[in-house]
Amino acid sequence: MKLVTAIIKPFKLEEVREALSSIGVQGMTVTEVKGFGRQKGHTELYRGAEYVVDFIPKTKIEIGIDDEQLDSVIDAIAQAAGSGKIGDGKIFVTELGRAIRIRTNETGPTAL
Amino acid sequence: MESETATGLASISYALDTFYFLIAGAFVMLMAAGFAMLEAGLVRSKNTAEILTKNIALFSVACVMFMIVGYNLMYPGSVISAYVPGASFFITSENGSEALASLAAGEEGASYYSSMADFFFQVVFVATAMSIVSGAVAERMKLFAFLGFAVVFTAVIYPVQGYWNWGGGWLAELGYSDYAGSGTVHLCGAVAALAGVILLGARRGKYGPNGEVIPIPGANLPLATLGTFILWFGWFGFNGGSELAVANFDSANNVARVFVNTNMAACGGVVAALLTVRTIWGKADLTMALNGALAGLVAVTASPLTPSPLMATVIGAMGGILVVFSIITLDKMKIDDPVGAISVHGVAGILGIMVVPLTNEDASLVVQAIGVAGIFVWTFAASFALWGLLKMVMGIRVSEEEEYEGVDIAECGLEAYPEFVGGRQ
Repeated sequence: MKLVTAIIKPFKLEEVREALSSIGVQGMTVTEVKGFGRQKGHTELYRGAEYVVDFIPKTKIEIGIDDEQLDSVIDAIAQAAGSGKIGDGKIFVTELGRAIRIRTNETGPTAL
Repeated sequence: MESETATGLASISYALDTFYFLIAGAFVMLMAAGFAMLEAGLVRSKNTAEILTKNIALFSVACVMFMIVGYNLMYPGSVISAYVPGASFFITSENGSEALASLAAGEEGASYYSSMADFFFQVVFVATAMSIVSGAVAERMKLFAFLGFAVVFTAVIYPVQGYWNWGGGWLAELGYSDYAGSGTVHLCGAVAALAGVILLGARRGKYGPNGEVIPIPGANLPLATLGTFILWFGWFGFNGGSELAVANFDSANNVARVFVNTNMAACGGVVAALLTVRTIWGKADLTMALNGALAGLVAVTASPLTPSPLMATVIGAMGGILVVFSIITLDKMKIDDPVGAISVHGVAGILGIMVVPLTNEDASLVVQAIGVAGIFVWTFAASFALWGLLKMVMGIRVSEEEEYEGVDIAECGLEAYPEFVGGRQ
């Protein structure tokens, strides 16, 4: 099993959700985060004092998936979240050691 | 028959003037809500509940202390000198039927409205003056040190200089002209704030090692804007009520003119402030626009009757421009004022006092300047001593830990926005 973590632009969330849904991904966890890669921040002004806002709001999506789905999931996310502009985000894939469905105690891929 | 008509008319006019004082007072009372919202919007969320508590508490303390001793100090029955009023306690008297008879007979100096209404109208002014201080010392002052200051300020410091002007003391004798209190209320409050801020120090993290100004943005600009509009609304009572009558032809016209000029000055202040910040920084800083409105209002408060509406707009605009530069300058001097109170009420207050001779030939620049000096020196000295005493006895600043955590937790034991993740700064 794999844990796919995607950092995307917040307004792309709906598109990504729909794209994942259409390939059969049944659930996800979403967090509001801040960050930057090579995209620079912007300057704000408050009562004459300037300050640089380095961290840009992003949305983090985490999904647990079966190994077979990995490529189609990566494609779906990249397609939906991409705009061709700086700041589109990143996808990280990590090994998912165990997964358990709390309600039924199922483990493994059926728990996803 | 004739005396019945006269009595009837006098009765109605007394009632109308009394009603007017009460309504105007109620308008000014609402300014407490204005201050509360403005300040809540300009501090960080971790300090919001404390400043709201401070606002409602100071209003209450002010009214109680003014009732106990302040009002009678400001309008004393007997005086020690033109500088020192005589003291007496509690408000007890009201006009009886002889007063009505006197009014009906057209006697000079007859009471033409309720004395209770007079107290009510005046008490909301002292609360306004005290409220000016709360924003300047926000986010780092101990709540009860502040309230301790409020007790003495509203009982003694404000009433003494109020006596000098409206109570018939030496400023009034000199011919000092301050219609609704640019000096007596706004400058006084701002100077008390200045003394406090000097002894308190800036918020941690506000000024960098090389004197850079680090912004600490307010948590809720919609609240700040709402607060400003409420203050603007309340000002119609503040200036309008200061005509001190409405139930006759001249006063009615005067009140109308004061309402118009008050409004125009606020508008002038907003436009000028916005144009100023747009010119300097290329952006329309909302917080400066809000301060501009208030500075315009303060600037016209000493003379809302005599200017034409156009001139009132200009006076407001002068306040709007001045307040922007004052805020920048105070920051350069490391005088940290989170809401700009000292600039809005102090600097614009001085402007307000000094422009009176422009439209009022009975006023003189020299006397107005003396008024500025008198109010400033007394209020600063008394306030500085009081803040100093409080600092020695109980300390006026929260600890570094508490300031980091937020005074909501430290002073109030609760959070203003408990469902949102706590602030970082």
